[in-house]
Amino acid sequence: MSDLMKQSPLGTYVEHLKKGELAYQVCTDTDKPFFYPRTVAPETGSTNIEWRISKGLGTVYSTTVVHYKGEPPLNVAMIDIDEGFRMMSRVEDIDPMQVKIGMRVKVKVNPGDEKTLPFPVFTPAGGAQ
Amino acid sequence: MSALKRGSIAVVGAAESDLGQVAQHTSPVDLMAQATMRALDDCGLTLKEVDGLFVAATQVRMGPMSLAEYLRIKPRVFDGTQIGGSSFMSHVAHAQMAIQLGLCEVAVIAYGSTQRSVSRAAASPREFNPYESPYRPILPISAYAMAAARHMHQYGTTREHLAEVAVAARKWALLNPKAWEKEPLTIEQALNARMVSYPFTVRDCCLVVDGGGAIVLTSAARARTLKKKPVYVLGVGETLSHANISSMPDFTVTGAAVSGPQAYGMAGIAAKDVKMLSLYDAFTITPILFLEDLGFCPKGEGGRFVANGGIAPGGRLAVNTSGGGLSYCHPGMYGLLVMIEAIRQVRGECGERQVQGCDIALAHGNGGVMSSQCTVIFGSEDTL
Repeated sequence: MSDLMKQSPLGTYVEHLKKGELAYQVCTDTDKPFFYPRTVAPETGSTNIEWRISKGLGTVYSTTVVHYKGEPPLNVAMIDIDEGFRMMSRVEDIDPMQVKIGMRVKVKVNPGDEKTLPFPVFTPAGGAQ
Repeated sequence: MSALKRGSIAVVGAAESDLGQVAQHTSPVDLMAQATMRALDDCGLTLKEVDGLFVAATQVRMGPMSLAEYLRIKPRVFDGTQIGGSSFMSHVAHAQMAIQLGLCEVAVIAYGSTQRSVSRAAASPREFNPYESPYRPILPISAYAMAAARHMHQYGTTREHLAEVAVAARKWALLNPKAWEKEPLTIEQALNARMVSYPFTVRDCCLVVDGGGAIVLTSAARARTLKKKPVYVLGVGETLSHANISSMPDFTVTGAAVSGPQAYGMAGIAAKDVKMLSLYDAFTITPILFLEDLGFCPKGEGGRFVANGGIAPGGRLAVNTSGGGLSYCHPGMYGLLVMIEAIRQVRGECGERQVQGCDIALAHGNGGVMSSQCTVIFGSEDTL
């Protein structure tokens, strides 16, 4: 049972990221994972929610390359995480045009800075699904 | 079964505001009011008779209040449902509820935007999302780009197919004197234009212009007493599937697969009965998805359906005869203008681009990042 006077779902998520962990929630009534973090489970409305730590492996569901003026092209991708949820992120350490649907990726945490909270990004894990 | 009755209400007036680039300091409500009076003139009704007001806009947070104040009217029924570009199709469904129940008799749906004048960023500031914003997608473009990428991966759709949608829109626009774009466009030009969010170039993306519009609806009985031939609302459907692209269940299937069958069911018709389609083309992928989800071709075949001028003038199906959001006008929430073209086609007012025998037209609206989908089917007197 969450207590919004003490901690928010995003707050808990960020605490895990600071430890290098990609955390997600599961509704223990249905054993269904969900993301983004919430105070109640979607569909059931249940507050029987458990935080779990992902192994950090996933598959690219879709990808795009955005072009901002005066900047190198930047990847934005949707990642299907092995534990059964999807999130937006980007794949780094590779030419953004070479990020392909079906590519296996693994998480690493961008620490953020004074203005930006830490956030997870991905790098190629080798192999394709 | 819908409690809403096929043909119980009709569109009697329809008009755009000034479109394109309006004078400095013009407000979105100036455009709404201008379009409202033009739409009332179109049917011969007066402001005093308006007792239902439906408004959505990105630059006006409380639309019905702002327009009611500007016009000094006191509507009995009002609705500011804001679900993006499809809001106005949703307003039609809600106006039908109100008119059928006798809660109001003359409903105006209005919209205005000055996004070209004030910049898109100023007109439609995006909400911060801690799970998306750090990755800097160019929204909404990147969301639709990822839907296109997924469709290409799953079904073999190509960038040339996407370019076909842009070229078809341009060919229609050249037949529409009100269209923003005046020059021809080729597939090669579309493919080689400035890349924005792969696979989309700037030619895969809707225009950023000022503009607005209004339509007037009333009961079928009252409609028959007015100036123009009524355009009946035969069917409506509306659905929400998500708000942010990360939560869209399947990037290749939109809520049109839900709202379309709702509208067809109420109208008692099938896709094959539709003579003209007005599909919200925020990006070149959306007409492809909607052709599939609304039953005009099997899932995955949308790219091949639009190939070889399939939806251009003289093609297999008349789609977006105004030139669409890609080449005619896109003030940010284009759904009202999507309907106005369908209404004009049923009236037979479209001049060079008129679809012959257009007794049934389907207008489909899209909002957010494929998040809200609303369908309205319009028919002539003969279809009742």
